[in-house]
Order: sequence, then C-alpha cells, then structure tokens
Amino acid sequence: MRIIFKTDYMQDIRPWKDGYQLSLYLLLLLVMIAAPFVIDDFYLGELTNVFVWALAGLGLMVLTGHTGQASLGHAAFLALGCYINIILIEQGLPFMVAFPIAGVLTGVIGMVVAVPALRLHGIYLAIATLAMSILVDDIIVLTEPWTGGVGGKYAPSVNVFGVMIDRWGTPREFFYLVLGVTVIVTLGYINLLRSPLGRSFIAVRDSEVSAQAMGIDVARTKAISFAISCGITGLAGALMGLFSGAFNNETFSVVISIQLLMMIVIGGLGSIHGAFFGAIVVGFLPQFLSISKEWVGGVFGSNTVAIPGLEFGIFGMILIMFILFEPMGIYGRWLKIRTFFELFPFYRKDMFKRQKSYLKTERLR
Amino acid sequence: MSILELDNVTLKFGGLTAVNKLSFSVEQGEVFAIVGPNGAGKSTVFNLISRFYDPYEGSIRFDGHDLLKQKASGVASFGVARTFQNIELFDHASVLQNLLVGRHRHRQSNFLSELFFTPSVKRQEMQNRQLVEEIIDFLDLQAYRDKMIAGLPYGVRKVVEVGRALATDPKLLLLDEPASGLSVEETSDMRWWIDDIRRQMGITVLMVEHDMGLVSGVSDRVLALADGAKLALGTPSEVQSHPAVIEAYLGKAS
Repeated sequence: MRIIFKTDYMQDIRPWKDGYQLSLYLLLLLVMIAAPFVIDDFYLGELTNVFVWALAGLGLMVLTGHTGQASLGHAAFLALGCYINIILIEQGLPFMVAFPIAGVLTGVIGMVVAVPALRLHGIYLAIATLAMSILVDDIIVLTEPWTGGVGGKYAPSVNVFGVMIDRWGTPREFFYLVLGVTVIVTLGYINLLRSPLGRSFIAVRDSEVSAQAMGIDVARTKAISFAISCGITGLAGALMGLFSGAFNNETFSVVISIQLLMMIVIGGLGSIHGAFFGAIVVGFLPQFLSISKEWVGGVFGSNTVAIPGLEFGIFGMILIMFILFEPMGIYGRWLKIRTFFELFPFYRKDMFKRQKSYLKTERLR
Repeated sequence: MSILELDNVTLKFGGLTAVNKLSFSVEQGEVFAIVGPNGAGKSTVFNLISRFYDPYEGSIRFDGHDLLKQKASGVASFGVARTFQNIELFDHASVLQNLLVGRHRHRQSNFLSELFFTPSVKRQEMQNRQLVEEIIDFLDLQAYRDKMIAGLPYGVRKVVEVGRALATDPKLLLLDEPASGLSVEETSDMRWWIDDIRRQMGITVLMVEHDMGLVSGVSDRVLALADGAKLALGTPSEVQSHPAVIEAYLGKAS
C-alpha cells in the first residue's frame, strides 16, 4: 500500500505525484530513446507508426475526451496538415518552418469550419463532422494543381537541424523526430490540463449550464478546443504523410476518422494515457493478427488464407467488448489494477462504479 | 442599498406567462428567500438573473450594471454565483477541480502562458488553490478533496456546489433549493453555513427554498410567488401568516 503524503500545493500542481512516478516516466522515455538500438528497422517503423497515431489520438482527445465533442471528421484535418506541410516544403520553405505552420494553419481552418457546428451536440455534431471527412476527399481531387489529385504526392526527405531525415533511408532519425514532436505536444497538453483552460474544457464536457454560470463562454471554449485539437491533428497528419511516403485523396478516408475515434474510446476517453494505449492497439493489431494467423496456420498445418475484413472485424469486436465491459477504456482498467495494489488489501469492487445519472450534457459516452 | 433590482420583469413561454410583471429588490448583505408552490416561477427567476432566459419585458440590474446586456457567461464576472436545483457539477472531475473551475472568472493567464506553464500561471494556480483550500476548510470538505464527484453522496454534492459558487468570490449568491434532499442534520449545517456566508463573508444571499424551517431561520425577507406574480413580501412570519399565501398553498375556504 502506497500513501502519498501531501505537504505542499505544488504536489498537486506539478504533473507528477511523487518522485517514484516521475522516475517511471523518465525510465519509459529512456527506453524509447534506446529503442532504435535494440529493435530492428521493421519494428522501429511500427513503433513510429504507433507514435504518429498517438499524436493524432491526442488531437482528437482534446476535443472528444476532454471537451466532449464527438468528431468523425478528423481524417480531414490529418489530410489538411499533411498537404499543407508538403506544399509548403515544395514552395521552398524548410521543414522546421513548414511543419509548425501546417499545425497552426490546420488549427485555424479547423476552428473556422467548426464555428457553424458549435451549436450541435453529440451525434449531430458527429454527423456534421463526418461530412467534412467525406468532403475533403473531393476537395483534394478538385484542387489537383496543388494536391496532385488522384495521382497523389510523394514526401521528400526533410531537413531537421541539418540532418536529412527520410522514413526509409534513416528510420532511426525519423523515429526521433516523431518521438520528439509527441513528447513536446504531450507536455503542452499536460500544461493545459492543469491550467484554467483545460479545466474549462472539462467543465464544458460535464455541464454546459454550470460552465456558463461559472463565467465560461461555452461557444468560445469549444472553438478553442477545436483549434487545439485540429492543430495537433494537423501535426500528426504532416508526420503521417512523411511516414507513408506517398499519399493521395484516399489515404485520409473516412475510415481513418472512425478508426481514430475508436482508438481513443478503446484507450480511454478523457486521459492522455488513453491516446497512447489506443495507439498501441491500433498500431500493433495488424501485426499481431498476421503473426497469429501464421501461428494458427502452423498449428493446423494449413496454408495461411487471407480473410478480407478480418482486421476491422476484430477491431469492432474489441470496441464492443470495451464499451460493454470497460467503458473507461484500457486506461480505466489500468487505474483499477493500480488502485488495487496501492490500496491492498482495502480495494472494494465498486470503487469505480459510476452513479447512473441522466445525461445532462449531450456527449459521447 | 439594493444590490439586485428586478423591475417589471415578464417572461412568457408561448402562451404561458411564467413570470408576470415581477418587481423586487435585494438589499446588500441580506438573506432574501423566494417561496411558492411548485410551478410558481421561482427557478425561472433564477434563470432570468443568470441570463439563461431573455425576459419579455422589464429590467434586471445588479450593482449598477444592466444584466440584460450580458451573455450568460458574463453574469459571473460581476460577482453573481449560483447553484442548481438538480445538482450540475462536473461529474468526472474531482472536488478540487470543481472548486478550481469556480476560480475561472479570475483567470489572468492566456492560452500561450498556460501552454508553457509560465511562473505567472504557477503563481496564479497556487493562489487559486489557497483560496479554494479556505472554502474546503469552511465547508468541511477535506475528506473529499481528491474524490470524483460521480462517486459522492447527494448531500456532499450539494455542499460542493455551494463551495464552487463561493470559489467565484461572489457578491451575490443564488441558492436554488440548498436543502432539498438533505437530511435534518445536513439541513441544519446548511443553515449555519448560509448564516456564516452572510456574516463572515459579507455575501448577499438570494435563495429559493421549500423548507420553511430553513427559510424562517436564516432569511431577513421572504418573497412569496404564485403563478409568476408577487403574492407577499416581508419578514418570514409576515409572509407565512399572509392570507394570500395561505390561500395559494391550501386553497380558499369555501
């Protein structure tokens, strides 16, 4: 049983609870920095993919997990970030300038697009944003001179502090680029969550009426949330473009939007951990499936057969399982396990039971 | 000096007149209670002051400001805080976070300074925490500080909501049925708190309440409403013995 004895307000304001927790996260960071030297290039690529998805998940988490606004349109912002980044680089801007601009511009566009949708709640907002996801496909085709249309575009090598980085040529350096961006965004996210803005997001999510009574401008807060969310998603999109190497109008389809939303639901809505846990599931599931398919084939001595749609079938099943048995996602389950050991032997089964209450604010739960 | 003035306020929902040409004023430093049968328009008056509804006619002035020119989120900035009849807390946040949201109207920082958590943001957070901690001491919420609202008993939530309203550092506190659903003991606690809020903190209290014991115990003046119109206004005992009030509650003797 571990008891945290608080003697200072800073213990609640700083992001970590105690030295033990801080050392765990630093250890994790060290392991990640050491990873390229331990695992081979294939798995390093998979790990990079996980971090790109985690970054996109963080973007959607701001909006859906913390502000309670469901969005099925985030593939559109991934596409936007990706294309803005590449087009700016093609115009001769260095990556270190184009990349942040891609994020900021995507955020601004996201906010402008979202303003008319701010009055919508829950499922209606999801449908409105779904339209964005579908529209962007056509827009990419229509604006062919810039985007390359159906033919798509190829991602060039990018220059980061004098080092040329390429997904295939220098996977290690690319991994460090993605890791760096993810860590910086996560730290910024943590800072927002412990300041008034992050709390106002949570307030809008849980009760719009009383958020207003506390002096929070609900429409404005939602708009800011959209901007931050789309901005982070834009950065993720830019990295996703570099990671995939080639992309066209179909790369960022509506399926990606749905997958992104599923990812944070599985990971655990309303927590930064959730975005990472969800990304691990989404990132490693295809590999896990192909490996287990081979294993099954080996056991039964038959050839491995490709089953169409297997990945999505399994994914959907996992999602249904989570919604039924663990609505708080992987992070929620992790919290329960941790609390069990921290409070041992005083853990009660109904400790995390949520009181059933009528839906006050329309939201995705 | 009156801090809140409602003048000739009318609100209609379609053909239903919820509040009918209502005028009253709340004096600085008093506890003012609104009573009346169900559907009398008590909570509607609160929602008018909070600017959730636009009145059909009339004016609402607070501390020299015209409240009708404000958005719902602007009312708090003048120092009007409120609680809700059906508790409206932020369920998936801790008690501490809920109370800290109350400090939102005093926010000095902006998006960029919060993103980097600059020393000024840190100072602001320390100060907010200190003020919230005083409220936690005042309302005896120490044991619940880090608990999620979703797991708390009803009586505690009611107190947290009062705490959150106090955290905004208000001049006027609107309490919508502070004692509904509370046990006898909790109600008497609430009574002492309301007394202390007025005496120690110097906050004017406007409350809607059905519990006449609580109303006559703490309030200086009582307004009785029925069908959105004023029935009687005076001290608790005056209102309770007013023939129109007795008629509204019990019906006319035939």
